[in-house]
Amino acid sequence: MLPRVESQPMSTDPLYNEFVIKFGNVNGSGSASANTFAARALFRMGIPVSAKNIFPSNIQGMPTWYEIRASEAGNLARRDGIDVMVAMNPQTYERDIKDVIPGGTLLYDSSWPRQFGRTDIEILGIPFAKLVAKVYQDPRQRQLFKNIAYLGAMTLLLNIDVDVVTGLLAEQFRSKPQLIGPNVQALEIGREYLRANPPSTLPVQARASQAAAGKILINGNEAAALGAIYAGATVASWYPITPSTSLAEAFEKHTNLLRRNDDGTLRAAVIQAEDELSAIGMAIGANWNGARAFTATSGPGISLMSEFLGLAYFAEIPLVLFDIQRGGPSTGMPTRTQQSDILACAYASHGDTKHVLLFPADPGECFTFSADAFDLSDRLQTPVIVLSDLDIGMNDWVVDEFNWSKNRRHDRGKLLSSSELENLEDFARYRDVDGDAIPYRTIPGTHADKGSYFTRGTSHNEYGGYTEDGVLHAETLKRLSRKFETAATIVPKPVIYTRSTKSRLGVINIGSTDHAVREALEHFAADGQGINHMRIRSFPFTDEVISFAHEHDFIFVIEQNRDAQLRTLLIIEADISSKKLVPILNFDGMPLTAVGIYEAITLVLQSNPSVVKAISAPLSLV
Amino acid sequence: MTHIVKPAFKHPNLPRNALGFTHREYEGVVSTLCAGCGHDSVTAAIIEACFELSIAPHRVAKLSGIGCSSKTPNYFLNRAHGFNTVHGRMPSIATGANLANRDLVYIGVSGDGDSASIGLGQFCHVIRRQLDMTYIIENNGTYGLTKGQFSATNDRASKSRRGTENPFGAIDLAVIAIELGAGFVARSFSGDKTQLVPLIKAAMAYNGFALIDVISPCVTFNNHAASTKSYDYVRQHNEIVDHIDFVPDADAITVNYAEGETVSVALHDGSRIALHKISDDYDPRDQLNVLTSLRRDRGEGKVTTGLLYIDEAGGDLHSAMRTSTEPLNAYAMEDLCPGSDKLTEINAQFR
Repeated sequence: MLPRVESQPMSTDPLYNEFVIKFGNVNGSGSASANTFAARALFRMGIPVSAKNIFPSNIQGMPTWYEIRASEAGNLARRDGIDVMVAMNPQTYERDIKDVIPGGTLLYDSSWPRQFGRTDIEILGIPFAKLVAKVYQDPRQRQLFKNIAYLGAMTLLLNIDVDVVTGLLAEQFRSKPQLIGPNVQALEIGREYLRANPPSTLPVQARASQAAAGKILINGNEAAALGAIYAGATVASWYPITPSTSLAEAFEKHTNLLRRNDDGTLRAAVIQAEDELSAIGMAIGANWNGARAFTATSGPGISLMSEFLGLAYFAEIPLVLFDIQRGGPSTGMPTRTQQSDILACAYASHGDTKHVLLFPADPGECFTFSADAFDLSDRLQTPVIVLSDLDIGMNDWVVDEFNWSKNRRHDRGKLLSSSELENLEDFARYRDVDGDAIPYRTIPGTHADKGSYFTRGTSHNEYGGYTEDGVLHAETLKRLSRKFETAATIVPKPVIYTRSTKSRLGVINIGSTDHAVREALEHFAADGQGINHMRIRSFPFTDEVISFAHEHDFIFVIEQNRDAQLRTLLIIEADISSKKLVPILNFDGMPLTAVGIYEAITLVLQSNPSVVKAISAPLSLV
Repeated sequence: MTHIVKPAFKHPNLPRNALGFTHREYEGVVSTLCAGCGHDSVTAAIIEACFELSIAPHRVAKLSGIGCSSKTPNYFLNRAHGFNTVHGRMPSIATGANLANRDLVYIGVSGDGDSASIGLGQFCHVIRRQLDMTYIIENNGTYGLTKGQFSATNDRASKSRRGTENPFGAIDLAVIAIELGAGFVARSFSGDKTQLVPLIKAAMAYNGFALIDVISPCVTFNNHAASTKSYDYVRQHNEIVDHIDFVPDADAITVNYAEGETVSVALHDGSRIALHKISDDYDPRDQLNVLTSLRRDRGEGKVTTGLLYIDEAGGDLHSAMRTSTEPLNAYAMEDLCPGSDKLTEINAQFR
């Protein structure tokens, strides 16, 4: 049985480095940086953390939350059951207090004292607004420094190393050193109050650790942007949309640092397009012309980009597209996470189209898959869509340090140089010369009289000439289908954890759900229930995916959408029997928890041996 | 039907340009447009302009959207790469292509449906960004491939073949282009080769966005007596504001216009435009008066042609974005990938 986090341990010894802090704030009040400092300070103390920013699609005034889970053991999925609630938004007091586990702590601004009606938790009031008002006159400063003041209180309550926090402040305000003093002063406001009014020791405490050694704390969008830089991408065309915006902005920030010539010019072009149609058009145009180019978007952008995706597929133009998925359909929940663009991306555009998809699980894979996507796209001469999501893209995760082998060479695929063209008797852009269904391509301006062709979305012969010959058209479509088979041999393979070769049960998942899935499966293992696990990392599905499906009788397919899209893709594309694929679905926009997965699977197992019956009634975690 | 390749036969005495090329090196495949289509005359003018400028054909990228006009890049410059994109989206493809390689010459061919309707947004934004390209609109006021619907450049009250009157006003793409900051805006007529060829040459030499709105009658669907985009109508209502001669770099300016009526405009590559003003009060460098004059002509039912507007200073997207002078697609991967040592420093930023 999973030890549900229901109450603090009875022991008088504090529990070290295993806790969840939740901050309830008003958005636009500057709380984000204070909360981020708390996560970063814990990480610098060597404790693995995960941070989930649960924010509204709004500029100012609406509720926003920030959760930090610290876990020495490395369990970094979101966890319900809050140990310490920092309640700074009276609008949400009522629901925030419910989240605190018995024995937990609620810290609030007691400038306006209040009864919370719970006796099983520690209520700690500090009059932050009044304390801050004594020191600062400017209303905006009062608002901002109140955040730093509660951060100061947190350092004492949880034993967060205050020197680490002041170090972070100093780094943050390196270019505005006049702000360091007032920030440190604000930290002390919270600390001084607690020194004068010491509370009892909290049952959870932080302490320095080595568990996060060799790790970095980074969000997936910045990681993907760095991957694109390492891949040699030079053109980024994009249109602002949450949650992908920060990917393009990170690419711009890092190109300014890493791609500047001595004369001040840049070895990159980052262009904000007028819409998603133009964004993808520019990326396709640049790839056609031999640069490595990408665009980044989210669900609504995928809908708009579909026509161009079909062109790139049919005309065989490389393209890397990052889809940072959010809650759909339509405008949906722009600031919540989902995995609901799987089918829209796999088959984007009219006619027979299929696209290569990569499913990174964390910022570490955002970096590597981003770099790999450019190679794959050049080699396969087709769009590669990196399906990340808001949880990975915008939240800070602890991952292994990035690594780039000195021996790594970029693979531009079958791209003919001028001298290669010179020695070629007959160039046909769409001829399958090597039997892998991947033709040779040229870029404009390469050779004076060889290698030119006409790129088109209309049906074409081997030379790129217009054709209405149905036989030729069918041949092209069949070759593209074979090219997809080639793709299945070079895309990233799944990660498989085999607990028992005898187990009939398996779990399949993709992407950001992985921490929650692994934590849940650890608990099943502790119960004596060995469930094998495969995290799929790409589409088309590799042979390993099909083998795993054959080796298990019942497979739970865990994904964050209503319609079991990954399961559908497995049924259609890997010919896996729908009877053995049990959907475990979540689509409320929140990152999954291990408890939620454990309970959903347990419910199916309890109805065993009639698991089949459960298949006809998909389970929802919502 | 597949495309028709022209026979390789070449007359030995064909004239040659500075590169030693004849016109044949600038041709494309045989056109499949209707006999007498104005677009074929524009194709011929592009071939002539490239030949006379001695442009290396493979250093041109030719792009288009969808429609009759957008088929035409296949009919010129076989040695150039071409890209027949999707409907109304050629400007974004051209923008990306140009960002990747600023050293090629970009010719975009579009139509009135492609640019004034489905692609109006991209048309506006490519101008706003001052992409260095020559953008030719083959404007016939009609949707030819779908058999004769009105387009957004069709004049109000102009009639279809079946006599239906167009109830809506026309979008004037040249006026929009001037408003949005295009540095070179011309209008011409597919039936006037002497005007069109020098305009194309000057547009290609211009550093920045150059638009030529070419009235190019559709012989099948929009060349009847009640159309304002017919050969007869344009010939009768053509108000030519200036004649231009394009003078390549280093050639002396020898034009036959009277002193005082000729204005010499320098372009960035050293070439010049000798501009013969027909009307004293028309100066294509004076944006405010140009727009007033175009509106007045339009009210009088005139089709104003010539070099309508020029901003001598020019300027393009690359200078605005400060991209390297070296084309981005020419960098070796080693110049773009920061390498493993740098990654150690980057990792340190995230601790």
